[in-house]
Amino acid sequence: MGANLNAIYIIWLREMKKFVRNKSRLLGNLAMPFFFLAFLGMGFNSLGMSGLPNGVSYLDFLAPGIVAMTVLFSSMFAGISILWDRQFGFLKEIMVAPVSRTTIVIGRIFAGMTTGIIQALVILGISILMGVKVASVVGVLFSVVFIILIAMSFVGLGISFASKMEDMHGFQLIMNFLIMPTFMLSGALFPLDKLPAWLGALSYVNPLTYGVDGLRSLITGVSHFPVLLDLGVLSGFCLAMILLARYLFNRTEV
Amino acid sequence: MYAIEARGLRKEFSGGVKAVDGIDLQVNEGEIFGLLGPNGAGKTTTIRMFATMTKPTSGQALLCGTDVTKDPDRVRRCIGIVFQDPALDDQLTGKENLDFHARMYGMPKKEREERIKEVLDIVELSDRANDLVEKYSGGMKRRLEIARGLMHRPKVLFLDEPTIGLDAQTRRVIWEHILKLNKAYRITIILTTHYMEEADFLCQRVAIVDHGKILALDTPGNLKNSMGGDVITLKVSDSEKMAKLMKPLKGAANIKVHDGSVSVALSHGSTKIPELFRLAENGGVTIESVDLHKPTLEDVFIHFTGKHIREQEANAGDRFRERARAMHRR
Repeated sequence: MGANLNAIYIIWLREMKKFVRNKSRLLGNLAMPFFFLAFLGMGFNSLGMSGLPNGVSYLDFLAPGIVAMTVLFSSMFAGISILWDRQFGFLKEIMVAPVSRTTIVIGRIFAGMTTGIIQALVILGISILMGVKVASVVGVLFSVVFIILIAMSFVGLGISFASKMEDMHGFQLIMNFLIMPTFMLSGALFPLDKLPAWLGALSYVNPLTYGVDGLRSLITGVSHFPVLLDLGVLSGFCLAMILLARYLFNRTEV
Repeated sequence: MYAIEARGLRKEFSGGVKAVDGIDLQVNEGEIFGLLGPNGAGKTTTIRMFATMTKPTSGQALLCGTDVTKDPDRVRRCIGIVFQDPALDDQLTGKENLDFHARMYGMPKKEREERIKEVLDIVELSDRANDLVEKYSGGMKRRLEIARGLMHRPKVLFLDEPTIGLDAQTRRVIWEHILKLNKAYRITIILTTHYMEEADFLCQRVAIVDHGKILALDTPGNLKNSMGGDVITLKVSDSEKMAKLMKPLKGAANIKVHDGSVSVALSHGSTKIPELFRLAENGGVTIESVDLHKPTLEDVFIHFTGKHIREQEANAGDRFRERARAMHRR
């Protein structure tokens, strides 16, 4: 086990180094959520939208959703980035080392989780600076639990896809047909109460909905579901994704 | 105990392609052993089985006495491997690549740091240790990969086409390093190559591989001597007829017809050329050119497979791959 902890650490450390060195990627990752907050958030905020919970502005409502979006994008990408290692040959170096595939998956998940938390906290900080009202400091601290769960889930999903894909060709498809709808149907942009039935049903089966709702409950203080339900559903999904990633990555060849 | 041993080793891919079709071989500890053959002969698949990257369909692959399918982790600790395609992270420095490897192999801190210094010294990259790998030249990357293969003190080092895509000068440098490793550290080296000169220069023994089978296995010297003297190649108007005409010639061995030429092995070849001309003239065959040389592994390869290694290699896909690789390394 000692060797494996060391291996998890070095896989994590490698990703951290690349994360810190690649400033443009970090900037690119943060640009989209920032634009959503600044343009979409401020824009709709000025309309004084009806249908929002009492005393909550659109910006307050949107901010937790954009935090979730940041984590979704960055962690999905962190998982799928195994494909780059496949493309540039480094995956072979990892695969012939005397460490289990599970170790490699765990290292990747920790790395994606760390970068996800950092980016989410930056966006959260920016939104507070933009005037988003926070319900309580304790709530914000606990929101990190949800950030971690969302991150681990989608790094896991990303690894699962990467295990089945040969190269980056399918990435655009995943982006357009999986990640974008997951984000848009998560209740990040609008409340779930008054949706048409079909749209509501899609949102209810979307695991990210529970992540967004949990974050909103802890950061803004309003939620659609009880926060413990959010926690339960998201934890279950997270576990399933980690097991799926482990299963598929164990079967991949280089 | 052998460093590596294969017993009836076979690998069949889905669709019935036999990449490796029943290989038996033993390599002694401290040997430099070469698998020589064209692309697609099964060399890389053989190495992948020994490196636990793919499972044999049948037969056994033993590494230092351990069956690769029974205890893959033990085997992985015993071997170092340098892949055909580059496998470095070029967003990390040379030193960081080595550190990554060392930690993956569970080396403790002190040993790790000492060993990184040592292997960088061996491949003469110490002064570039803290540069990002993307700034390295092709030859430097290869040397770094060799250094990495040595990090955990493997008993056996596999080099899959170690000089592919490198220029002649860089190739020389890599060869010198390989010889030094073997001499100074007694590391068993298994290399695959489709360069005749490389196999000839480096290997103590060579296996000629084609279509997943070993066609011949001996020292380069013995393989060349088995050709029976100097090789004379004649470009003629009718190679089939010329081959027939030469058959009765005393001491003529290994008469082969290949793409418009006919070759024959004769001892003291230069003294036999006039007689060959006489035979051709009497038989009504025109000789366009004559070439005489000491036998090379190329001749041995032609003898066993009936074709040049080069002409096989020169299909468009491979050329493209080599060029892409060369560009990547530059």
